[in-house]
Amino acid sequence: MATKITLLDYGMCNMLNVARALEHAGADVHVTEDPKDAVAAERLVVPGVGAFSECMRAVNRLGHGEAIHQFVRSGRPMLGICVGMQILFEASEEFGETPGLGILPGRVRMISNTNTDGVSQRVPHIGWNHLIEPQAGRSWEKTLLEPFGTEGPAVYFVHSFAAQPTNDDDRLADCDYGGHRISAMVKRGNVTATQFHPERSGTVGLRMLKEFLSR
Amino acid sequence: MSNLRIIPRLDIKGKNLIKGVQLEGLRVMGDPQEFALDYYRAGADELVYMDIVASLYGRNNLSDIIRRAADQVFIPITVGGGIRSVDDARHILRSGADKVAINTAAIARPELIGEVARHFGSQAMVLSIEAKQVAPGKWEAYTDNGRERTGLDVLQWVQRGVEMGAGEILLTSVDREGTRKGFDIDLISQISRLATVPVIASGGMGSIEDFLKVAESARPDGISMADTLHYKRVRLGDIRAAALKAGLAVRQV
Repeated sequence: MATKITLLDYGMCNMLNVARALEHAGADVHVTEDPKDAVAAERLVVPGVGAFSECMRAVNRLGHGEAIHQFVRSGRPMLGICVGMQILFEASEEFGETPGLGILPGRVRMISNTNTDGVSQRVPHIGWNHLIEPQAGRSWEKTLLEPFGTEGPAVYFVHSFAAQPTNDDDRLADCDYGGHRISAMVKRGNVTATQFHPERSGTVGLRMLKEFLSR
Repeated sequence: MSNLRIIPRLDIKGKNLIKGVQLEGLRVMGDPQEFALDYYRAGADELVYMDIVASLYGRNNLSDIIRRAADQVFIPITVGGGIRSVDDARHILRSGADKVAINTAAIARPELIGEVARHFGSQAMVLSIEAKQVAPGKWEAYTDNGRERTGLDVLQWVQRGVEMGAGEILLTSVDREGTRKGFDIDLISQISRLATVPVIASGGMGSIEDFLKVAESARPDGISMADTLHYKRVRLGDIRAAALKAGLAVRQV
């Protein structure tokens, strides 16, 4: 039987493509706006695109914040994508200071518009970039990255802001942008989240979603 | 470091993938879905769809084609042609596109750039520019597939468009499009240096050498190609392999 996935809809736009990718990976996808459905989910996916503050406003208006907290406490698997990763942190500096859900310690900051040699670089960071192990050298065993061994695959990013986790232990994978490390993927217990878009990362992204369905 | 994107471009008329020469004489190539799937499987980084007759009829007719593609293609999709309002953009994004590319309507009413960026994020707002050289080092923005002039200087228009919220520039050389004579290196270098957002170079690729040359000397963030792929003169895998060999920052697939 297909694995049931609850996809939390808070009015942000990439919902359909996330749903299609999950279905392609073998999931039975239930899209919902209702926080009660989210709390009761077997597996929860929280996508997100656009501005942090807009996403948080929608999350708060619909009562999704408390639902996500409750779901995380349940110990069942959750996946956050893009802004769905960023809102797990304590706060973002996008358009002033906006509080996040505070599930993971850390802040969301603008990506540097210069590389480590001081040469200007593009923001947003758009395109494919290879995942690398965080400096702390965390193992990818028993995570969504396990199928890829230690060779970090390339995945698709599009973002101007990025989370900076306080705890190195929460960092699962980084990527390099102009010599700066960007936190590309975090994991703590039952919560995994990606800054990149697995639903737009071709066969690699589909493979990760498949892993999420089986873990 | 962020990678150079290899982006097949599919120009559509009605239900068909077509290929034009300098955006005029059209030839039917076939079902766009077959080409899109081929390119996805061959490791394309992204796809661009252009409804090339949309601006004549005032609407984009690609939503069915995009919906079909989005069921099987899991890489970013940009869609352009005939998008005139936030509602048009929403319709295309809901069909499965990640970004909309806007030319004519943005020139007619530049505020549209900011409106689309505010609603969907600037990452979804691609400013499409058809550039035709009018003097050495000077290009004019055109609309309607290179048929109508606008009087706008391309360099100034790029700056203004980025200020208004465009998150990416799709830069097509009207002079080179469909000629297979290589990219307009001077144009792409100038825009790539000027723009603070990613620039996709389009128009003129006839060989892998053209790809390497524009990547090395003009430094765009993405390179788009059409008939050279559609006619199978060049294969995506060979472009990627040559780029890797030349030390260019394309992804390894």
